[in-house]
Amino acid sequence: MSTNTDTSTTTTTTTTTSTGGDPDGFDPDGNGFDFDGSSIKRKHQLGTIFLGLCFAATMVGIVALVALLADVLLEARGWLTWEFLTYPPSQIAENYVPSNYGDLATGPGGMYPMIIGSIYLIIMTAIFTLFLGVGAAIYLEEYAPDSSLTRFIEANIANLAGVPSIVYGLLGLAVFVRAMQTGASLIAGALTLTLLILPIVIVQSQESLRAVPDSMRQASYGTGATKWQTIRNVVLPEAVPGIMTGIILSLSRAIGETAPILMVGAATTMFTPPDLTDPTGSFGAMPMQIYEWAKMPEAEFQHVAAAGIVVLLTILLLMNAVAILIRNKYDKRS
Amino acid sequence: MSDQTDGRLAGVRSALLSIRPNANDGSLTGTSGSSNTEPPEIAAASSESESVSRQGSGADSSASAAASTQPDAETTTTSESGSGLAMPAGDKPLGSPRVDNAVIEARDLDVFYGDTQALHGINMDIPEKEVTALIGPSGCGKSTFLRSINRMNDLIDVARVEGDLHFHGKNVYEDDVDPVALRRKIGMVFQKPNPFPKSIFDNVAYGLRVQGKDDNVEENVLTALERAALLDEVEDQLDESGLDLSGGQQQRLCIARAIATDPEVILMDEPASALDPVATSKIEDLVEELAQEYTVAIVTHNMQQAARISDKTAVFLTGGHLVEFDDTSKIFENPESDRVEDYITGKFG
Repeated sequence: MSTNTDTSTTTTTTTTTSTGGDPDGFDPDGNGFDFDGSSIKRKHQLGTIFLGLCFAATMVGIVALVALLADVLLEARGWLTWEFLTYPPSQIAENYVPSNYGDLATGPGGMYPMIIGSIYLIIMTAIFTLFLGVGAAIYLEEYAPDSSLTRFIEANIANLAGVPSIVYGLLGLAVFVRAMQTGASLIAGALTLTLLILPIVIVQSQESLRAVPDSMRQASYGTGATKWQTIRNVVLPEAVPGIMTGIILSLSRAIGETAPILMVGAATTMFTPPDLTDPTGSFGAMPMQIYEWAKMPEAEFQHVAAAGIVVLLTILLLMNAVAILIRNKYDKRS
Repeated sequence: MSDQTDGRLAGVRSALLSIRPNANDGSLTGTSGSSNTEPPEIAAASSESESVSRQGSGADSSASAAASTQPDAETTTTSESGSGLAMPAGDKPLGSPRVDNAVIEARDLDVFYGDTQALHGINMDIPEKEVTALIGPSGCGKSTFLRSINRMNDLIDVARVEGDLHFHGKNVYEDDVDPVALRRKIGMVFQKPNPFPKSIFDNVAYGLRVQGKDDNVEENVLTALERAALLDEVEDQLDESGLDLSGGQQQRLCIARAIATDPEVILMDEPASALDPVATSKIEDLVEELAQEYTVAIVTHNMQQAARISDKTAVFLTGGHLVEFDDTSKIFENPESDRVEDYITGKFG
């Protein structure tokens, strides 16, 4: 304690008194209770420093996020109009300027087909993910024997969650677009995004299923329920909030992914929303279009890209809000 | 038999010999009743594949599905007549492990968890419409025995059962027995109250619904709540969550859930251990009530509880041995085994 050169007056006093008894403990005088905690002042100071560091770490993240958001919002201010949401994109920068809307020969520029394309994409991905992800999780958690093979599969699923998204894009290109002849279609994009988020969804769903207390399963089996009845009536209802939250959060990651849909060949400058009756038709998606705009040399396109980012972020935040609502709704029930 | 039982039962056998020198001659006094006539419908069609690994109930023991009285290689040591299942003398616990009106008969039942043997050659009967208490110190295997009766141990991957456990004369560990059908005949109440996060009504109706007993659900639910002495307290809140009840009410809800489907046997695994004295005494009253219509097997740590509510008592001691089984009054007043007496009087355990 005497090595502390930066001590205050109180601490110096402590140092003097502490020579008599327990040097670092609660009873420096050796004769009673240390009322003001002077002997542990340094421990308190360490705690304060640690608190400060943790707070700083939190603030770095928040400040950076706020700065980015503010920058995007400022860039997009005045460019995000109703027309932007309802018209197809244009190659001509002037078409996006709201003050020009009145005297355009071709109509304003926007991102309508991409918004619709992204929504279709995410709905299809959600359907595929729901069945494949939850199905795999139920199998692994409820049915699969606790063997080394099961553990090997589980370890590999966890590893797959860390594979870069562009690798999934390449896989989608090779398997769906080329081998399965889907073309650069919505279905190829949705399947690729499904593969991308499947590991996360499986792991998250497994954790939700594991969180269902075993006493619930035993209670169900004890009343003569079969395994399927137990899973359907007891396990799944308990696990659904966690599973749904996991799926929605994964989907909001998928909707912003650019690399995989770039690899499977999503179109830029699509003028119509994807045609659902033509499963191999081409499609556009928001991140793809934003990327395209950001590459353009004209200064106007930076504002257009920012407006696109705001639309994407809004959809993303809405999805996260739904996830939170679902979680809260089911949490209250029990 | 003797070749299988060499080492693991040495302890019990020596205890037997020390107290009753003629214990190995196999003369059993009790003659068995006739409750083994109708095999229940536990060999149902909906065979669910659950991870259970069974051994030991092989060719020669499977023949003893109904009352096997013919002396064969395994049971020659027993010399009694009657329709009950022969009990190998070497493994027989002290006391009177045979009862006249047995519903459940365990014969040489071993249970393993992985490499650990949790039960060693259990031989005992559970009489019909009486309360059988299983007592003993922690980790002595009494809950394991209880859970092997309705095959709840099947749910544990590493659990393995050897030997026979007969329910109405049918070995429930035979291949054609569906554990789900068995559990519909043998209900269970657990140590910690475990109602579903559903309404009180749905909790009790759960068993009825999964078993397809959809007629008169409402009437059956109310009857079960009434029998579980809970109806008066929850009559106005049947739609509210079962989790909002107090601990004692939750446990009575679980008992209502177990009896709603009208099983024959109710297994209770320390049903009052998590409850306060008032709730405990309610459960005890309830157990005595239930025994008028159901066969009850109850595991308890509480010896006074066993003495109060049970008709028969089985004492399990150290490492999964059944040491003595007899009328409760006999066990508590004049047990044959010194170790049981020490345990009852609180000298150990």
